[in-house]
Order: sequence, then structure tokens, then C-alpha cells
Amino acid sequence: MPDLGPLWLSICLAATTTVLLLLLGTPLAWWLATTHSRLRPAVEAFTALPLVLPPTVLGFYFLILLGPASAIGSFWVRVTGEALTFSFSGLVIASVFYSLPFMVQPLQRAFEGVGLAPLEAAASLRASFADAFFSVVVPLARRGFLSASVLTFAHTIGEFGVVLMVGGNIPGETRVISIQIYEHVETLNYAGAHILSAGLLFFSFAVLLFVYAVNSRGRLHAT
Amino acid sequence: MQPETQSLLQLDVAKVYGDFELNVTTSVALSGVTGLFGPSGSGKSTLLRIIAGFEKDVSGSVRTPDEVWQDSHSRLYVPAFRREVGYVFQNARLFTHLDVSGNLRYASDRSSGVGPEWDDVVSALDLAPLLQRSVAGLSGGECQRVALARTLLSKPRLLLLDEPLAALDSARKHEILPYLEALPGRFAIPAIYVSHSVDEIVRLAERVLVLRAGKVHAQGNTVDVLNSLESENEFAAADSATVLEARVHKQLPDLHLTELLFEQQSLFVPALPSHQLGQRVLLRVHANDVALATSSPRNCSVRNVLAGQLAQIQEFPGSPFALASVDIGGVTLRARLTRHAVHELKLTAGAQVYALLKTATLADRDL
Repeated sequence: MPDLGPLWLSICLAATTTVLLLLLGTPLAWWLATTHSRLRPAVEAFTALPLVLPPTVLGFYFLILLGPASAIGSFWVRVTGEALTFSFSGLVIASVFYSLPFMVQPLQRAFEGVGLAPLEAAASLRASFADAFFSVVVPLARRGFLSASVLTFAHTIGEFGVVLMVGGNIPGETRVISIQIYEHVETLNYAGAHILSAGLLFFSFAVLLFVYAVNSRGRLHAT
Repeated sequence: MQPETQSLLQLDVAKVYGDFELNVTTSVALSGVTGLFGPSGSGKSTLLRIIAGFEKDVSGSVRTPDEVWQDSHSRLYVPAFRREVGYVFQNARLFTHLDVSGNLRYASDRSSGVGPEWDDVVSALDLAPLLQRSVAGLSGGECQRVALARTLLSKPRLLLLDEPLAALDSARKHEILPYLEALPGRFAIPAIYVSHSVDEIVRLAERVLVLRAGKVHAQGNTVDVLNSLESENEFAAADSATVLEARVHKQLPDLHLTELLFEQQSLFVPALPSHQLGQRVLLRVHANDVALATSSPRNCSVRNVLAGQLAQIQEFPGSPFALASVDIGGVTLRARLTRHAVHELKLTAGAQVYALLKTATLADRDL
């Protein structure tokens, strides 16, 4: 029986990251989808950074940014009494940034597809912006929300480099499933590595299949 | 007809985008239907969007009798959802995640005060059979009926209609027009109706505001404004037309006709069964459809013969045609004739003539 601790930790990390990114990514994606600001390309580029940077680069900067010597890190130590680096909280912060494009890009495309027309219609029917956003935009962009959440969750599950740099390999705190696989291979426990790797492989395929199936259904509906 | 109140929407607005400038200073009566008319790109839809509150970046002001909606000097801007204005879009903009009754409930759940009630609106627009349908399965005409109902259920104090027929084919227009015609009277909500179709304006609006290149070109009573626009277009005599204001005199159901009275003379038009006796009807008569005779014709199939006096004959050198203006009780009716006919009949100003209008040409061909 393999140790299920790392699997559970991965799921906790992915779920927390997904929820936080839904809260942070939705306004950001809406702004990107509707703004005429000149800052838009810069913000879009920044959002897409995690897609191209090696995770070690992100991990390295996060290690410095969150370390006890930094402003954020020392503030965290003062408030909670614990360091951010090599902790679950640190992992969450790094993951939020690392998975940002997986939340923001599908949402932005979904919001662009919805457009401003339904919002104007809702406004002409006495709905305030917040009312119209939740009663019209969110339901119309529900496929985007589903894709974005599923991709964010899956991408966080599959994270390795950033986790290793920021979190290290502490059982029950930062040893997520990908780290556990690395650990198995290092200790030549190929059987354990096989079980977890195959599990992740099937999980990832199932997630992508789900996303593509949902999106192609959307395309059929649109015509 | 309700008495004309002095309730006015005062507009003093300017907006520049690209090389187009909208600059409108006028007031619109908040009663009955005002047509906002002009060619494409004249700024009608932009003006309507400004009134609705969809355009924040506007210089100048928009005022109702009880409230200032927008004023760039005091940086005041009342957002669209607080203006109690209903907007019917060209392409309906129904919410596709809701069914028909869901769309209607979206409006009724958020409205308050006095105004059209659910049962009344559903029956006025014949929506009972559609309520459970999904929006995706509706025809263009059905979508517009649902959109109208949804807007009415928001209990607006002012109804803005942005070319609600433009996206529909001719048959669908015929399906929606009777509803549009009946609504202002039934629900007593003032409306501004944007269109580039003269025929729609004639049929629906009692007042008209004409925009050209972003400015007010003409404004006033529909008959006067449209007739003055027509005469300006003399060179385009082929398109010339006259708007006549007649009243329903008698229904002739056996013949499928309605008899109208225009300046004490009878006119027979295809039946208008929903019209009351005495109700006003505007007819747009194209100069091409009018023939003239020097004596009252006998043994002739044309039912509509209007006696009048020839006021003017304008001949176009190098063209086979002339444009005759006939005065009928103070209204000028135009007829496009051949110059050949003008000479043979010895038509000159001041002569007594009879204008002949075929009933078939008085059907709403363009609608």
C-alpha cells in the first residue's frame, strides 16, 4: 500500500490554489477582456510568464521573496511565527502565481466571447454591475470557469520544480505527489514510482479529455 | 390620444469618435412615440445609447423633468441601471442561459413601482405558448417579441427601441409591427424609436427627429417633417412621396377594406382591422403610384380618386418625366407623370385635377 499522504497533500494544495485563483483570476481576466488600457499587453505578458519560465527560475525568486530575510517573509514570521519557505502556505503562494495563466487565459477568452452586450441588456433591466456579472456573465461563461478551474487544479497537481525550490521535501508539509515520485526514483523504488506516475498520467489525460469534450460541446452549441 | 404634456427629455450632448462627431442639442417630448430617423452612420444609435446611459464619456448633459442623468460639467453620471429606461436592441440580446420565462422573470424580479404587469404583457405579445421554450429555438420575430415583453416588464418610464425590425426579414416585420403599433397606447410608456426606414417611422411615430451627420437636421410632427424632407429631394423625383394623414371612417370586412377619410374624401386601403373608428392613419404615397385625370374618371378600376388643384408642374429637361404637385385641401400630393401626358392633357398650374391612387399601392409594401 503506497503512502497516500503526498497524494492528499497535492489535492489540498491544488484545491486551495484553485479557489484562491478563482477569486483573484476572475477580476483580472475580466479586466483583461474588457479594458482599453495601454497597460493590457504588459499585464498579459506578466500573466503568461509562468508558461515560459523554467520553474527553477520562479522557485528561486520565490525563495528569495518569501524567505525570512525578505519583507514579506519576515512579516509572515512576525504574524504567524512560522517561515513561509518550506511550508504549505509558501507552496500555496508560489502555486497561485505558477498556475495563474491556466486560470486567467481560459476565463479571459470566455469573457471576450460573452462580450459587453448581455451586460448592457441586464443594465437596461435594472441590474447593477455586480448583479449582472453574477446573474448573466458567470452563467454565460460557465464553460470557461469549468475549463479554467480544472486546468488550474490539474496543473497544480503536476507541479514539481517550483515546489522543490520553495517547499523542499518535508513529509506532510511540502512533500506532494511529484516530489514523492522523485523521491521513489532516487531511492530506486521503481514500483512506487510506477504506481504514482501511472496514476498522474491517467488523471491528467482524463482532465484534458474532459476539458476538450466540454469545449467541443460548446462549439457545437455555438453554431 | 392622451393630452400633450410638457414633460421633456433635454439633450445637450457631444461625443467624438474617430472622425465622426455627434453634436445634438434638442428636447424630446416624453409622451407618445418619437421617431429618431436618419441614414446609417448619422448617429441615431449613439444618441439612443447616450440616453440609455451606455456611453459614459459624453460631454454635455442629459436631463429629465425630475432628474439630471448626465452632466460632464459636474461629472455627474447616473448609470444605466438606475435610469429606469428600457432598451430594445436590434438583435434582441436575450439571455441564452435562461428560457423565455426566465428572461421575462429576470426583468420582473428587478422592477418595482407601477407599470406593465406579467399577465398583461404576456397576453399583449402572445407569449403564453412560448414561455417554456428555450431561447435558442426561437425565430427572429419571436426573439423580438420576448425582448419587447422583457423590456416592458422592467416597468420603464421611457422605452428606447433601436431598430428592432432591422434584423428581420419582411414577413417577420409584418409579424412584429402590429405589436409595436399597439404597445404605446396599451401601456402608455413614451418611446423613442430609431429607424432608417421612412415607412416604419410613418407607421409608428407621431413626432420625428431627423439626424444627419451627427446633427439635428429637422424635428417636429411626422407628416410635416417627412413632407418637407421629400420636397427637398425634388431632384430624386423617382423616390418622391407624400405622407397623408387620414382617419378611419368605416370598416368593410366583407371587402377586406377599410375606408379612410382624407380631407373629406374617401380612401380605400387594405383592411386595418385593429384600428378604431376615427383613429389616425398615416399613408405614404409614392409619386410613382399617382396618376392624374382632368375629369372624374368613370369605368375605371381605381377606387381612390382625390379632387384637387394642380399647384405646380416641374419638368425635367432630358428626362421623359415631370413631377406634378396637387393641392388637396392644403396638403400637397406629388405625382410623377410623363412630360408627354402633361402636354397632351394641357396640364397647367391652377387646373382642377383628380389624383388616382390604386388601393394595391397603399398596402405596406416596404414593411
